[in-house]
Amino acid sequence: MPEAGADAVLQARGLTKHFGAVVASRDVTLDLRAGEIHALIGPNGAGKSTLIAQITGELAPDAGRVWLEGRDVTGLGTVARARAGLGRTFQISALMMEATVLQNAVLGALGRRGTAFGGLLRPVLGDPELRGQAETALADVGLADHAGIVASELSHGQRRQLEVAVALTLQPRAFLMDEPMAGLGADGTRALTSLLDGLRARAPILLVEHDMDAVFALADRISVLVSGAVIASGTVDEVRRNPEVRRAYLGEERAP
Amino acid sequence: MGRETGLTLAVLAAFLAIVLWAEAAGEPFTITLATRAAIFAIAGIGLNIALGMGGLVSLGHAAFFGIGGYAMGILAHHAQLFLPLAEWPLQIGGTNSMPVIWLVALATSALAALGIGLLSLRTTGVYFIMITLAFGQMFFYFMVSWPAYGGEDGLSIYIRNDFPGLNTLDPIQFFGLVYAVLLGAVGLYGMLHRSAFGLALSAARQNDRRLAAVGIDPFRTRLTAFVISGALTGLAGALFADLNRFVSPVMFSWQTSGEIMIFVILGGVGRAAGPIVGAASFIALEHWLGGVSDYWLIYLGAILLGMVLFARGGIVGLLLGQARA
Repeated sequence: MPEAGADAVLQARGLTKHFGAVVASRDVTLDLRAGEIHALIGPNGAGKSTLIAQITGELAPDAGRVWLEGRDVTGLGTVARARAGLGRTFQISALMMEATVLQNAVLGALGRRGTAFGGLLRPVLGDPELRGQAETALADVGLADHAGIVASELSHGQRRQLEVAVALTLQPRAFLMDEPMAGLGADGTRALTSLLDGLRARAPILLVEHDMDAVFALADRISVLVSGAVIASGTVDEVRRNPEVRRAYLGEERAP
Repeated sequence: MGRETGLTLAVLAAFLAIVLWAEAAGEPFTITLATRAAIFAIAGIGLNIALGMGGLVSLGHAAFFGIGGYAMGILAHHAQLFLPLAEWPLQIGGTNSMPVIWLVALATSALAALGIGLLSLRTTGVYFIMITLAFGQMFFYFMVSWPAYGGEDGLSIYIRNDFPGLNTLDPIQFFGLVYAVLLGAVGLYGMLHRSAFGLALSAARQNDRRLAAVGIDPFRTRLTAFVISGALTGLAGALFADLNRFVSPVMFSWQTSGEIMIFVILGGVGRAAGPIVGAASFIALEHWLGGVSDYWLIYLGAILLGMVLFARGGIVGLLLGQARA
């Protein structure tokens, strides 16, 4: 039944979710193609979080399906979807705050290996393969010099970088990034924007973001979610020109 | 990391030094107290794997302590009365062999931990505490009302079980055996802590959404930890029964669960040496304060309150904190 082109890595089709009388997702169809950054934008309360939860497997949709690389993952939970190749970052940094930066990255590498039960008694930081993958990812995001620091001592921006590094160690088939720029200053946003710009070659990114400058700088395509439904989807220019989007979301004063 | 390992080794060495001094000074009672403390420490290390590494606040570890105790009691009871445990399909008798009893204690308490964990680990927070407590109480009332093995009165075992090459009735030799198990437990804790599994378990405690997002199942991780934890506490139960040559349902009581948790909290949650320091302090307080007043638990309560309010890292946390300053 997946009818979109073979280049769609991640697909959501007809996702619908009700909470009582509230329709949080209304027949949402999205696809993420190889090599692209697809931004999902929408005002607060548009249902972005609910939609993400259905894509990551935290919530089961009332109707609709999710495919990852042509495989129907609708029935799978978060753990299985991560193993199937979905690498995500969280809106609020979800890190081991008491652990070092390196340990956080090694955890991701461990997930990539697929089991934490193989090495019950061997020191995990002494595993050259895990450590190598973790250090490479830290170097990619620019945290190589901070490997030994406890995560709680990182700045907010560095935590956002570490989030990306952990997702990178998984070597996912698709990224899902939930407001990676949240709370970042101008410098932090610039640094992360250039980092994400380079990542799309490794795996496409479904980017949920409020920072419009970052979205316009990065996105190949944009989908606009309003009241649980996608009201527009297309290239940056198409979406910018769409009168419905201007009215519903961008606001005349923000219109470029 | 290095400093904490050093402290753990120092605590283990001091523990041994006290016992060697007692042996030289001819104080067998002190050796017995130390053996008791070492056994409690093993039970506490078991709980610390769940509580310290995994953040699983189990108030039902008496179940495993009691199962280990009754594994010893039932096997030795059958051996001393020459009653077969089972006659069909195989004739199985009791045993006086400690290594066999230990294996049975480990296996049965691991199995119980698997069952309890499968049901209780679906909950978190205060519900998890209540469910583990309820399971502990179920075992307690079951043992009280099961007449075959003494019911409320428990079982007396007249001769301490055998360990190849040792006279286990000699206090210092029995202590040596328990101390060796304690070293093994500390080593196991340290290795788990540094392992891939320990990292995953620590992630389950600190941020289980992150763990799931990297594709590792938090539930399975916690369940594995709970089984290892229960098995180790069960082994301590078997040793405790052998120390007293007596088992009773008191081993299953919620007070026992509470005491095991006190060892960990007093010594330091998530610290390798925590349960040793905690259990030894508990035994020392029980001995000295118990000599001062029958109501010594009031003072213990005050001390515990002080620790929780002002020194959340326990005694080990205080020691390491001072070393750092």
